[in-house]
Amino acid sequence: MPDLTEKKTAEEIPAQSAAATAAAKPEKARSLGSDAWHDLRRKPIFVISALLILLLVVIAIAPGLFTSVDPRAGDLRLHYLTKPNYSHFFEPDWFGYDLQGRSIYARVIYGARASVVVGICVTLGVTILGGLTGMIAGYFGGWIDTIISRITDIFFGIPLLLGSLVILNAFTSRTVWSVVFALVALGWTQMTRVMRGAVITVKQSDFVTAAKALGAGTNRILFKHILPNAIAPVIVVATIALGGYIATEATLSFLGIGLQDPTISWGIDINSAQKVIRTAPFALFFPAGMLSLTVLAFIMLGDAVRDALDPKLR
Amino acid sequence: MTTVIENNQKSDRLEVGTPLLEVKDLHVEFHTRDGIAKAVNGVNYSVAAGETLAVLGESGSGKSVTAQTIMGILDMPPGKVTQGQILYRGQDMLKMSNEERRKIRGRKIAMIFQDALSALNPVLSVGYQLGEMFRVHQGASKAEAKAKAIELMDRVRIPAAKQRVNDYPHQFSGGMRQRIMIAMALSLQPDLIIADEPTTALDVTVQAQVMDLLAELQAEYNMGLILITHDLGVVADVADKIAVMYAGRIVETAPVHDLYANPAHPYTKGLLRSIPRLDQKGQELYAIKGLPPNLLKVPAGCAFNPRCDVATDLCRTEIPALHHVTDKDGEELTGRRSACHLWKETLHG
Repeated sequence: MPDLTEKKTAEEIPAQSAAATAAAKPEKARSLGSDAWHDLRRKPIFVISALLILLLVVIAIAPGLFTSVDPRAGDLRLHYLTKPNYSHFFEPDWFGYDLQGRSIYARVIYGARASVVVGICVTLGVTILGGLTGMIAGYFGGWIDTIISRITDIFFGIPLLLGSLVILNAFTSRTVWSVVFALVALGWTQMTRVMRGAVITVKQSDFVTAAKALGAGTNRILFKHILPNAIAPVIVVATIALGGYIATEATLSFLGIGLQDPTISWGIDINSAQKVIRTAPFALFFPAGMLSLTVLAFIMLGDAVRDALDPKLR
Repeated sequence: MTTVIENNQKSDRLEVGTPLLEVKDLHVEFHTRDGIAKAVNGVNYSVAAGETLAVLGESGSGKSVTAQTIMGILDMPPGKVTQGQILYRGQDMLKMSNEERRKIRGRKIAMIFQDALSALNPVLSVGYQLGEMFRVHQGASKAEAKAKAIELMDRVRIPAAKQRVNDYPHQFSGGMRQRIMIAMALSLQPDLIIADEPTTALDVTVQAQVMDLLAELQAEYNMGLILITHDLGVVADVADKIAVMYAGRIVETAPVHDLYANPAHPYTKGLLRSIPRLDQKGQELYAIKGLPPNLLKVPAGCAFNPRCDVATDLCRTEIPALHHVTDKDGEELTGRRSACHLWKETLHG
């Protein structure tokens, strides 16, 4: 019998030590952020959109990795009538040539930069500007809130597209930065509203009163206690709006009031391709397709982030 | 814990008998759309080092508003202090600048809130929030602050403090969260702690643990404690003296045992009668009839008169002063006062 008991204890020991290590190992702390990340990693919609966006950002930073052709070098012998050769992956003639005989593939690749820069810079701009004004309005209230809120109301009356047409008309030469300026100037009030609402909700929490009662100053209360609790809706609105800003840039360029040659933009290419839509539909299809894909990727990301950050939807 | 204590050696000792905090004739009103609500109407009380004052009263009696005014966390507007003084070590806090008051908050006077879950920031770890006290007020480094946070958590008997220091408030039980609140309030060794219904959100067994801990730490650090509660059971063991509030006034003050043994105000009497007791098993429990008054239109005379069993015409017209109370032989009872025209009948009858 001694054999049996020995065997039993030998079996028990690893089980016990496993339980002991599990108990000794502290449970990993999970904040709202880490919870959201935990959720996001398992969402196909997030993974797909994040990979797409990553690819776009890489294209925007280093277009040379994807094509060796100069997107501005035209060879008139190769214009529209040269059909795309779909088996020539990553070759200049993959998507065909445009009116001036420039490689559409190279132009699609180089056009990503304008879109990504406009999208990200406008979003950063409106988030910082709108976030700060919203925080000030929400936290201090009173006449400060009244003034900021009325200003946002005024801006809300100006249509984004019409407003940017007017602003951009004032620039003699338009670059990516003038488009960014126009969109930030007209778009920040959206974030002010979101942030203001979130701050007003958080401001009434007991932990803000408690921080005050324990001697925290205004800056600490605002940035350490209120901001992290109020930022989630702003992140969501910003990610979804990013796609919209990219589309607006393309729209403005299409209308001829956004970016100008020699800047490469999908909007400009869509504009020049519309005239030949019957004879060379591929010239329209590729820049438009890339634009849709980019906007879709950001909106999907925004959706996934919203689901992850909103505890009520969990 | 030793390091924390050493850092906070109190340089300015109080003279014996000088109260740490004195509230004198405090009046607070709220300006609302429907009129002026007088939440606090001439409250006087004082706390000395090492002493526990329990402020007892129903919802809306002004006990929390008084505490918030002392802390300087009352929302103004709509709140407004119209009269009175709050003396901390003889200095009127109502006349201090915001910056001076902020330096007192947390360092000299700290507060414990009712609901610890909502009083702790949900997105910051408990260790960070505890350590914040040291980093903000004492300029401690991150590592020092964390070490002190662990020390404090040990002090309030959080098991496995070292492992749990990075946990978030929602990962703790209600009792533990309240102990963390206590740790935060105690972190800088204040002279005075104001606990606003610290055990209301907890279940009964945990209530006792938290109160014991609070009383023990108070005795150890010789702090003054203002305990705001509506629960007569909670205060009996811990408090030294009691102030009973009704409709923004103090209606009775007494050393704790005197009050329980022999109340000198019909309202206190009613409160004590409405505690369930074993020897009354099977009988209907007494309840004070009616509701607390609307602060927008407090009844004329004594605010308690519509609910009082013994009210006379005098009670309906004249606001009673806070009378000194004497025993049957006419000898003054120390520390006892009653705002009732009929205190003699109530006490001796």
